[in-house]
Amino acid sequence: MARESVAVAIRSSVPADAKLALLEELQRCKDAVSAAQIAADWLTTHTGAEKTVFAATDHIRGTLGCIAGSGLTPRQFKRFCLSLDDPTHPLVNALTNGSATAFQGSHDSRVTLFGEGSFTAIRVGRSEQDPALGLLLVGPAPAPPHRAARWVADTLAASLTRLSARDAILEEDPRLRREHALLNKIINAATDPIMFTNMDGQLIIANSRAELLFTAPDDVSEGRRRAVQLNNMFFSAALSRTALGEGEAGRRELLLVDPTEGSDLLFELLSTVVSDPREGAGVVSILRNITDLRQATRQIDENYAKLRAAEAEIRAERDRLNLLIDSVADPIIVTDQAGEISLMNNPAERLFTIVPGAGEDAQRIVRANDAHFTSFVSGLLSTGWELTRRGEIGLVDPNTGKAVPVEALAAKMLSDIGELTAIVTILHDRTEAIERAQLYERLKLASEELEGKVQSATAELARQNELLRRQALELEQASAAKSQFLANVSHELRTPLNAILGYAAMTLQGVSGELIAPQRRNLSRIDANARHLLTLINEILDITRIEAGRMPIQVVPFNLPELLREVISELEPIIVKSGLELNTRVPTDLPTIRSDRQKVKQIVVNLLSNALKFTHKGSITIKVTTVGSHSVAIDVIDTGIGIPKADFDKIFEDFRQVDSTPRRAYGGTGLGLSICRRLASMLRGTLKVDSKLGKGSTFTLTLPAVLKK
Amino acid sequence: MSAVRKSMPKSKDEPLVLVVDDFADAREMYGEYLKFCGFRVAEAQNGVEAIEKARKLKPDLILMDLSMPIIDGWEATRRLKGDPATKAIPVVALTGHAMTGHSESAKSAGCDVVITKPCLPHDLIKQIRKVIGGPQKKKASA
Repeated sequence: MARESVAVAIRSSVPADAKLALLEELQRCKDAVSAAQIAADWLTTHTGAEKTVFAATDHIRGTLGCIAGSGLTPRQFKRFCLSLDDPTHPLVNALTNGSATAFQGSHDSRVTLFGEGSFTAIRVGRSEQDPALGLLLVGPAPAPPHRAARWVADTLAASLTRLSARDAILEEDPRLRREHALLNKIINAATDPIMFTNMDGQLIIANSRAELLFTAPDDVSEGRRRAVQLNNMFFSAALSRTALGEGEAGRRELLLVDPTEGSDLLFELLSTVVSDPREGAGVVSILRNITDLRQATRQIDENYAKLRAAEAEIRAERDRLNLLIDSVADPIIVTDQAGEISLMNNPAERLFTIVPGAGEDAQRIVRANDAHFTSFVSGLLSTGWELTRRGEIGLVDPNTGKAVPVEALAAKMLSDIGELTAIVTILHDRTEAIERAQLYERLKLASEELEGKVQSATAELARQNELLRRQALELEQASAAKSQFLANVSHELRTPLNAILGYAAMTLQGVSGELIAPQRRNLSRIDANARHLLTLINEILDITRIEAGRMPIQVVPFNLPELLREVISELEPIIVKSGLELNTRVPTDLPTIRSDRQKVKQIVVNLLSNALKFTHKGSITIKVTTVGSHSVAIDVIDTGIGIPKADFDKIFEDFRQVDSTPRRAYGGTGLGLSICRRLASMLRGTLKVDSKLGKGSTFTLTLPAVLKK
Repeated sequence: MSAVRKSMPKSKDEPLVLVVDDFADAREMYGEYLKFCGFRVAEAQNGVEAIEKARKLKPDLILMDLSMPIIDGWEATRRLKGDPATKAIPVVALTGHAMTGHSESAKSAGCDVVITKPCLPHDLIKQIRKVIGGPQKKKASA
């Protein structure tokens, strides 16, 4: 009960991890002096004690002396030594006293360790019955006696007992001590971590490898401390999972953390329970690092897979190469150092192998090919330094007997050490190249020939063009000359005609005296024929002028009804003579026309004359209408003989009448309508005909009301 | 009738027309018809003669053919119109060329009227009367 209350008090006043740290440190201690020193230091650090000393009992010598402490001068430290034989000494008494003994500085002259200062002496021992291991002196003395000090004393007692038990063995015999040292060296030399734990799982012995994994000195980093904690946890768990029987080895895998590097380490844990009569049963654990082993296994697997892949790749590569060699159209031959053929592709086989059942010729050809080839390759073999040879060989195809001129390119294949391994020869069929060259030559010739032809044709064309140009020029000049000639001729014709007409008219008029009836009749015929001749001459002149482009347009504003009255009055004698009824229908709102008045008049005169000429009974109507807002139409409608539809176009051609026989019934040059249509088109108008044979005709002149130049 | 008319002495009051033409048939035809119609007539065969007679006779009108030798109608007209003594005499030009251009050039040379041949005597008199009036028609046209 008392122990427990102390422990509770410590938990409340000293941090739990400080307590744990002390336990761990003590666990690691290998001798009593350092264990005592650790305990003394801990007390100074964690309880506020100024001076702490551990005095150990030496039962053999019968003395109590300082072995560790803090806050004392070395001199004080060494001086402290007293005999156990004096039972009156207060400190000797304290050794037997179960509880702590408090001292005041002036209390006893024999107790001057801490000078005048007070201190508490706490017995250190496993139990009340066993002889005390020593005294823990803590000053100044706290009141009530320090619980933490009491707990440290108990902990130290346990630790010292463990150490003294070991030391006791070692001290028994120097041989044993040497063996112990040797064993220590051996287990430390072992590359595997080796540990001995008691059945509670407390670590008793650990070699240096194990210490690396399971213990952490005070000054290590938090990460490393954490790793060590984890390792301890994993290890304890691994041990407790197996209920171990004595003498039998458990085997399991254990994953730990490398505290220095943080990497995972895989161990095989071998645990064996051993029993020691003095220490009781414990567990020996050997950890074998199999991280590398596992990695090595994986490495081997990977390497094996790689090897398989490489092998497959090499096989594929070889297949590809074979395929490639076979698919090359050019023959490829591989020969060994002796010049013997070791490999060839299909095209090469055709040239260098004898097909079973081949004729003698074929065999002879193959032998000849072989001889040619061998001599070519031996040419390369005989030169020590050249790596390639190029040349032409005249081979023959054994199947067709046709010559196969080839270009051969042989190359030496050398090993890494420069040793000749093979010669690869590629034969390039030059047949096509030669044929191409010949073809090219022929093509070049043909091209040159063609070029010559093109040149001469071009020259001829240029000559023809020049000729045509001259002819065109001549034609143009001839045309101009013709027009001029016609103009002159018409003038020359008019002069005498003028006299004929003039004298006839004068004579008919009675200028030369009265005429008798037959004279008048004959003179009238002269007059009529002369007038007709004049019309013909005028028409020829018009055509000439139109063709020569010398018919100018003179646009003037004029009144269309007035123009019609003028036309009718000019033709009055003929109208009266024809006995036909002439009607004019003109709208009242007709606008003023702007066009070439003289030409419009000429057209209308012509149309009306024609109507009078070809109409024997009935009537003639001149009708003016507006067409849209920009045009006017003049219809000349007769009830005459009419025109067959097939001749609608014909009547507008030059020198045409529907009846072109020499005995035709109607006079005229046949130029009238042709001229009219040309004039109409010069005025940007049209002249059209509609007619029914025997019923009459309608000629329609359509003109723009305003002619823009 | 015509004989009577022909023999009739021409009064000084009747207009005098100078007919200029190198072609005698035409010249005499128009001359005869003009006389028939009551005009006094003088004749010239070329431009030079025309200018001389125009200056000397001071006719009321000159009937001028354009295409003539020595001095043509255009040049003669230009000279007449350039001479203050003759510039007032109207000139009626006659041309056998229907080609356009003749009419314009004749007008620019100074001709008052341009007539294209063929021109019937009757039609010519109409034109002349338009310019100078002239003697009353003695007789209805035949």
